[in-house]
Amino acid sequence: MPSFVIQEKCDGCKGGDKTACMYICPNDLMVLDPNAMKAYNQEPDQCWECFSCVKICPTQAIEVRGYSDFVPMGSSIMPMLGTEDVMWTCKFRNGLIKRFKFPIRTTPEGTANAYPDLKGKDLESELLSTQEADGYTIPVPTETA
Amino acid sequence: MALPNKPLGELKAVRDPEVEEREVDILIVGGGMAACGTAFEIKKWASDDTKILLCDKASMERSGAVAQGLSAINTYIGDNKIEDYVRMVRNDLMGIVREDLIYDLGCHIDDSVHLFEEWGLPMWKKTEDGKNLDGKKGQKMGTLKGGATPVRTGKWQIMINGESYKRIVAEAAKLALGEDNILERVFIVEILLDANKENQIAGAVGFSVRENKIYIIKCKTMMVACGGAVNIYQPRSVGEGKGRAWYPVWNAGSTYTMCMKVGAELSMMENRFTPARFKDGYGPVGAWFLLFKAKALNGLGEAFAGSDAAKEELEKYAPYGTAAITPTCLRNHLMLFEMKAGRGPIIMDTVTALAALGETMSKKELKHLESEAWEDFLDMTCGQANLWCAQDCEPEKKNSELMPTEPYLLGSHSGCCGLWASGPDFDWVPDSYKVKADNGKVYNRMTTVNGLFTAGDGVGCSGHKFSSGSHAEGRITAKAMVRYAKDHADFAPALSQTKEELVDLIYKPVRLYLDNCEYTTTVDINPNYVKPSGMAMRLMKATHEYGAGTATYYQTSSKSLEIVMDLLATMREDCEKLAAGDLHELMRVWEIEHRIWTVEAHLRHIQFRKETRYPGFYYQADYPGQDDENWFCFVNSKYDPKAKAWDIFKKDYVKIISD
Repeated sequence: MPSFVIQEKCDGCKGGDKTACMYICPNDLMVLDPNAMKAYNQEPDQCWECFSCVKICPTQAIEVRGYSDFVPMGSSIMPMLGTEDVMWTCKFRNGLIKRFKFPIRTTPEGTANAYPDLKGKDLESELLSTQEADGYTIPVPTETA
Repeated sequence: MALPNKPLGELKAVRDPEVEEREVDILIVGGGMAACGTAFEIKKWASDDTKILLCDKASMERSGAVAQGLSAINTYIGDNKIEDYVRMVRNDLMGIVREDLIYDLGCHIDDSVHLFEEWGLPMWKKTEDGKNLDGKKGQKMGTLKGGATPVRTGKWQIMINGESYKRIVAEAAKLALGEDNILERVFIVEILLDANKENQIAGAVGFSVRENKIYIIKCKTMMVACGGAVNIYQPRSVGEGKGRAWYPVWNAGSTYTMCMKVGAELSMMENRFTPARFKDGYGPVGAWFLLFKAKALNGLGEAFAGSDAAKEELEKYAPYGTAAITPTCLRNHLMLFEMKAGRGPIIMDTVTALAALGETMSKKELKHLESEAWEDFLDMTCGQANLWCAQDCEPEKKNSELMPTEPYLLGSHSGCCGLWASGPDFDWVPDSYKVKADNGKVYNRMTTVNGLFTAGDGVGCSGHKFSSGSHAEGRITAKAMVRYAKDHADFAPALSQTKEELVDLIYKPVRLYLDNCEYTTTVDINPNYVKPSGMAMRLMKATHEYGAGTATYYQTSSKSLEIVMDLLATMREDCEKLAAGDLHELMRVWEIEHRIWTVEAHLRHIQFRKETRYPGFYYQADYPGQDDENWFCFVNSKYDPKAKAWDIFKKDYVKIISD
């Protein structure tokens, strides 16, 4: 189910600091043709259909078309990624449309607590830093063979 | 007419790349769940002057197996006993597992899950009257750490709204480690032993897939956690659908290959995973079986798994087959049993399941249930949702087919291949499970090479960690590596290869390409080299036909194994002729190199284990059935990098937890 780039909508992220789809693709498939200033999928048969490029594209220029070797034509699914939710529009081959909204995150982006000031004390123990801070005791198996 | 003899990719490779040499104390290779756990934990223990570097082949925000998201966290201990977690994993993996590693993981896994929730991952909650709330609404019930009740589908799984799971976990990892200590789009392809100290890791070498640049990195200690191996057997879809692998298609066996090439001991590489999933789209079935209580039917419409014939078949594999939860491989075995008898195809009866649930539900609740069914796909296998749309399949009206996939190698899901790694240094852990370093000390999750650690899919004999367990394991490894680096503060790593030798090793496929590409008019067909795309098909054809792929219903034989080992030997010779014209293709060259070595280890182990331990995952036709008398043990192997020879041997299993 390879991603494809809509010619008219892609501006090569020329206003941004990076080509978004090229930055995100976990399999290094999306590349920018610097002359045309358009992105494209350089190896469609290695696309995992993870939708990372679709979700990140600032101009909604990327969609996904079902794999030609088993997916009938005419359907589409399209996400809109917000800060708290993702909205999906699922279009059936017969025209039926279903919409779904799911939460994606309960905190503002960039605020994950990385515990930057937490320092572990006993390097010789098997406790992880947050376990040590919480006063956790590592259990010992009691139901032994 | 211009000749089309130019590389296809946008980022052309040049003959002489730039070289950047670095020296750090601790190197983290990988960027998935395990490496994110390491990145989060490591600075909590390291002194401020400790130099740490992480290299990810992709971007951490969406790299690894959780890139697409997940709809559940498959392991959360909660109110369960850790001993029961060990029993579950042991039974699912047919008895032979490292109970020290599994118990140890069970002690730490919930701590990572609690962090995920704090960072913003939405977790479903139960209300006091037993209703399910999604992760947003569920916040009012408090946190899991604070005692709120998760929504369990099975005994161990909890439901989440996990579209952004990896983004959230990577965010915390990057903030904790610092952007300056992370190199993204750098593919480490070989790890290197020390020039002076025997069996000691000293560094790694890789390249950027964005610019012509090689990185040579020296380190005192290192973790390699680059996931499992995918696209090693011919997939059921061979056109564009090759990419629709069940596990992440970019996992190339790099973890196993890089570590085995420096002599690290592998364990249980014969184990594999061939999940039964919705046909072609490979959408998850867990929620359908566990949450919606759907049944799988054979082609005659019979719920075959509960039949007398199935019970009889399962009794052959007691005590595993007769346990309350049938092991994953035996569930596949029953499915294959039907298919081979001509009673296929296998159908998931979604219609009956949803109708049954609908009888006790309001319209609103039913609507919510439908949404949950779709979210299960949209959170982790978007393509399956599109396949249903394309097939005009509404699960309340139309059933869907199930099919076991092509084989995968992994150590974190329902599989247990990987490296032999040390357990924790507790009194209850048998001595034979502790790997002693050069100083006599035990470092948790260290491999048999001094200073070389692994986690997640890399640690063998300890499956069912999934996302949360891989993260927790990465954290365990982080602390152990800091301790190792501190205990070896005086060690100055030295490489035996020169800079030029390493550049030549890494960029050889580029130079071969540039030397020969003008000879023919089509860039991919040239008698002087082979492209990685061709070699990938060659590997998959060989494994498919001889190595217990889908072509033979996962059956192999001693003769077939002999043939495929010959084919692999020739392939490894021909890997010297792999050519790359651009940086993306150079990545593919190294990936196929990694895949071939990993597959060879897998098949060597199958060849050595003269029984069929995992019916449903693979069958050795010359040795059907289990032979506990001779084979109730681990199979370990070791490649000697100096002698370039393999050794394969049995290793004792020790039972720690009672039945």
